[in-house]
Amino acid sequence: MRLRGPAILLPADVDTDLIIAGRYLRTRDPSTWVAHAFEDLDPTLAGRLAGTVLVAGPNFGCGSSREQAARALRDAGVVAVVAPSFARIFFRNAVNLGLPVAEAVLDCSEGEMVELDLAAGLVRAGTRPPVACRPLSQRMQAILEAGGLVELLRRGA
Amino acid sequence: MATLSERILDAPAGTCVDRKVDRAFVHDGTGVLTLGTFREIGRDLAYPDRISVLFDHLAPANTSVTADLQADLRRFAREHGLSFSDVGEGICHQLMGEGHVLPGELVIGADSHTCTLGAFGAFATGVGATDMAAIWATGETWLRVPETIRVELVGRLGGMAEPKDLALSYVGRLGMDGATYRALEFVGEGAQTLSIAGRMTCANLAIEAGAKAGLFYADEVTRRYLAGFGHNVSVQHPEEGEYAREMTIDLGGIEPVVALPGRVDTVRPVTEVEGTPVDQVFVGTCTNGRFEDLERLAALLQGKRVRVRTIVVPASRRTLLEAVRTGVAERLLEAGVTIGPPGCGPCLGTHLGVIGEGEVCLSTANRNFTNRMGVGGEVFLGSVATAAATALAGALTSPEGVP
Ligand code: SF4
Repeated sequence: MRLRGPAILLPADVDTDLIIAGRYLRTRDPSTWVAHAFEDLDPTLAGRLAGTVLVAGPNFGCGSSREQAARALRDAGVVAVVAPSFARIFFRNAVNLGLPVAEAVLDCSEGEMVELDLAAGLVRAGTRPPVACRPLSQRMQAILEAGGLVELLRRGA
Repeated sequence: MATLSERILDAPAGTCVDRKVDRAFVHDGTGVLTLGTFREIGRDLAYPDRISVLFDHLAPANTSVTADLQADLRRFAREHGLSFSDVGEGICHQLMGEGHVLPGELVIGADSHTCTLGAFGAFATGVGATDMAAIWATGETWLRVPETIRVELVGRLGGMAEPKDLALSYVGRLGMDGATYRALEFVGEGAQTLSIAGRMTCANLAIEAGAKAGLFYADEVTRRYLAGFGHNVSVQHPEEGEYAREMTIDLGGIEPVVALPGRVDTVRPVTEVEGTPVDQVFVGTCTNGRFEDLERLAALLQGKRVRVRTIVVPASRRTLLEAVRTGVAERLLEAGVTIGPPGCGPCLGTHLGVIGEGEVCLSTANRNFTNRMGVGGEVFLGSVATAAATALAGALTSPEGVP
């Protein structure tokens, strides 16, 4: 899987309350989560997410298990999330929803073009040398390639 | 020779395994998403008798949208014969801990604080809605067996220190991602001095250090507690295992602490921030809403009156009933406390005690993230005794030395 998009830089320890606040969770309309993504971090972010790669600090997605966080990013059109480490529930949720996540320490500036080659396990920013991502387990690769766990189960896996 | 996680999951750390889930549960928040995803998968429930649905997050419902979403899930639970607990029964982790989780079991909850149930010697961890929907459909999940950090507890808590102070202290030492992908195992004679309530508090915060699970070995205390619910369980004995890291905590050295607003791992002695004015004190949640906590609060408030609004939310109906029967509820009400219905209450900032812009709350919960309890509000986390001393003074106050 090859992916690319301009980088949006995010700090360390971004928790899922920051990705989508508790006050927006109960709704019948999932576009609410897209509209209010990152609102308490930077209210202008939600409108700029489509087509980007989020390049975050360590421990991205810590805190609550709320799947709306990964869902909001996927539905907003985020291409992938790159961080040195992820909180494990968020990481699983992202893969289950078909949102590519890569564990890598990436030197990168805001807006720089980020390219990922998940099969090769490489990610690069601009013209800098590519860096290796921690490999995904075979299981997770299969889920991502299917476009998510629901798809995989519907195919009878 | 293995860690408790390796024994329960029956494989060495680092391997990926598929395992049948003994107990799977959702609450009203994650349950709605789980149900939607389960319907998309389009299969039947694999083991309906292993699934629980417990309403606690917005219970009773706060808006008509919530009410409609809950009505759908309630209907589904009843139609399929799931174990169902409606509004007013209490917080999922507490209710599961009232005799529904046994040592050695694999317990998966669609909530990050599922690690609380490691207090019973079970492997208990949280997942998101899609993983849970897959468990509903297949009865199984896959897990990577975690490496373990061994936390040896020695001595005994002294003075006004509580299991909550221990929990905040270890999160402070490990940091918010110090145990990511790993399990914490609490061992040693100090672990055996903790009550079941105290162990639940301690295991509850494992996720705040990023841990997948926080486990205590089942001992005589566990045996006696579960016997009260009609279960006859055996104790578990630690073996020599391979640990990713080992740390020792002297319980005698634990003092009352708070986590400063914004991060659970910025832990300081209460004395360092003493005098900070607060607008609200909240005692409750899956961390500190048990009877032991309410009883302690009532004892510390007895015959006095709180100086700031103080909200108490019992963790379960059983907790509230016991508080009523023993006079604890009466003492709290006399001290000026407001008691809410059993459940999560203000913990997640969506109803019943949201704080306003610029307001400060001392909460006995486990999270103090930005805006968690209300936009523009700040949350300090602390123990029940710190909550009592703070409620009486109207400002952050160490419980040590309060008459
Ligand atoms: S009490 Fe708070 S932390 Fe515990 S389950 Fe409820 S919302 Fe989550």
